[in-house]
Amino acid sequence: MSNTVNVTVNHVTRVEGHGNIRLRASDGKVEHVAWQIPEAPRFFEAMVRGRSFEDIQTIVSRICGICSVTHSLAAIKGIEDAMDIEVSEQTDKLRILCHYGEQMESHSLHVGYLVAPDLLGQKSVIPLVESHPDVVKTVIRLHRLGNTWMEIIGGRMTHPVTLKPGGFTAIPSEKKLLELKNAIEDAVPDLKILIEVVLGLADKFPAFERDTEYIALRYPDYYTFYHGDIASTDTDEKVPVRQFERVVNEYVSPQSTAKWCKWHRDSYAVGSLARFNLNAEQLLPMAADTAKQFGLKKGACNPYLNNVAQVIECAQVAEHSLQLIDELLTKGLKPEPVKVEPKAGEGVGCVEAPRGILFHRYQFDDKGLCAKANICIPTGQNHANIQKDFEAFAPQIIDRDQDEIRLLLEMLVRSYDPCISCSTHFLNVEFV
Amino acid sequence: MSKLKVAFFDFACCEGCQLQIYNLEEEILDLLELVEPVEWREAMSDQSDEYDVAIIEGSITRIEDEQRIKEIREKAKILIALGTCATTGGINNLKNNFEMQDVKECVYGEDANMSHLDTYPTKAVGEVVKVDYMVHGCPINIKEFSYIVRCLALGKEPNIPGYPVCVECKMKENTCRFEYDEICLGPITRAGCDAKCPSSGMWCFGCRGFVDNPNVNAARDIMAEYGKTLDDLRGKMLLFGSKQEF
Repeated sequence: MSNTVNVTVNHVTRVEGHGNIRLRASDGKVEHVAWQIPEAPRFFEAMVRGRSFEDIQTIVSRICGICSVTHSLAAIKGIEDAMDIEVSEQTDKLRILCHYGEQMESHSLHVGYLVAPDLLGQKSVIPLVESHPDVVKTVIRLHRLGNTWMEIIGGRMTHPVTLKPGGFTAIPSEKKLLELKNAIEDAVPDLKILIEVVLGLADKFPAFERDTEYIALRYPDYYTFYHGDIASTDTDEKVPVRQFERVVNEYVSPQSTAKWCKWHRDSYAVGSLARFNLNAEQLLPMAADTAKQFGLKKGACNPYLNNVAQVIECAQVAEHSLQLIDELLTKGLKPEPVKVEPKAGEGVGCVEAPRGILFHRYQFDDKGLCAKANICIPTGQNHANIQKDFEAFAPQIIDRDQDEIRLLLEMLVRSYDPCISCSTHFLNVEFV
Repeated sequence: MSKLKVAFFDFACCEGCQLQIYNLEEEILDLLELVEPVEWREAMSDQSDEYDVAIIEGSITRIEDEQRIKEIREKAKILIALGTCATTGGINNLKNNFEMQDVKECVYGEDANMSHLDTYPTKAVGEVVKVDYMVHGCPINIKEFSYIVRCLALGKEPNIPGYPVCVECKMKENTCRFEYDEICLGPITRAGCDAKCPSSGMWCFGCRGFVDNPNVNAARDIMAEYGKTLDDLRGKMLLFGSKQEF
């Protein structure tokens, strides 16, 4: 008896942007499985040409609503690299602090609002308001904390205002910073609830493993989202961010016209699990303890556990932020007016977005006008790996009910926390 | 009273305005007493063809988008443009400064002519279909969004500021950005943002679009006072690409 399975998901829900899943199988054999991106391309690299270095972060922040701080910082670091601009220790710490707010906001949103419904058998967070009010309220509080955090440092929750090449347009008062410190300390019980809840549902993550190359920033001093060189689980070599093209190696797959990324294998993964796999020994105590509770160790290669790594990172950014705020307050905050004289040059900015490593390269003329830009997005780097996971996982689950196959593949996509509108200015797609 | 059925749809944008709705936090729970979301891809797996209100985020940049937005318009009793990409085309308008072939080749190189990468000059939603209400800003002001939704649920007309950002900026007692030798679009940009950017030491880049009748003479006077011209102002306007001329 011929048994045909067809899974067609147009516009996977509860992800940022538009992605499709296609699967066709008969008699228990997968004939075709594909991850596709029909998102409208937005052409940012073309749009920034001719714009002043002063406007670049305002423009590229709009690549993504959910990682706007990350894009702003990558652009600013790229501009500073191109124009040899040094920043103060205070600026450096405040930027990292702002960036941590975004990690908290993005991770809590992703785990709490977008992934939790899958683990609790619901189609969205809305039914959870009735069925799990305490969980929803905990997530709301953590999410609001992330937003308040970004607003205090960045001037606004989404699309930060204060971040600029050379420093800040305005810095928070010490009083505000102290308020933030108290808010983070007060959120520790909520973090523990989130950890408990996800821990209680951890058996709902499918037990799928695929040996994978993971790539993230690595920095000797701490578990990094901001400084460092590019590292891979496949090599001890550390690549300076200025040479990122050597790592991302965009290529056209023989089975698809989509441009993918690879370094040592056909694909690699970036994101929380990649950072964990490269830097886990640098986690601070609460985060390290969380990893222990989940039994997550370096070398983990179940992509669904990216969501667990996100929870661990919520604890990490909270702890590290408390340290940074203490250091800033001990020294005392002082206004540092910034005046940048533009000059010609080329530079790279690299930052870890919540969903993985992000690269921006810019070329400027002597008036500080952008001549050329190249932006390489984490979700773009993950697309090939999602496809490879599909190819490995689909045959393992092909005898299951069609709706279950669909859900498991959707969950797999969601586990990467994809940000598809980000990724579309460099991705090509094959349609079947 | 039956709840208004609301559906969200997104086109070319960063989805940051939808994100602001999450940022309402507990207030979402209050809004759910008034309206029922029936489709919201970023948040829900549910889908529906039956809705009273369609909330549209993003710009129209492809022929297939145009078809899709027209179908949505036919089904919706009320259509709201959410955020600058939808209300004016926003940052996506920067693309319109170039030839489309050049834009595609810049990003996709030799693959530029593949059909799924096709694009045309950015349009605001209102350039394709009738828009009933606009929630301005990049990103939107969540308080304004919540206010507009409440008004619609209660059958009231929302009242959107028709005065410039300078009014809100003055109320915050900020030093004028022109004093810092910057060019600020506050004098001609629609208020309602609480002057967030000038309050954080940044000039206004006009993300909420212009007030309905910008006082061009006053703007010219300000520019003259600080030794600048209307052309300087126009250069800054380009960023969020309002097509309004003066």
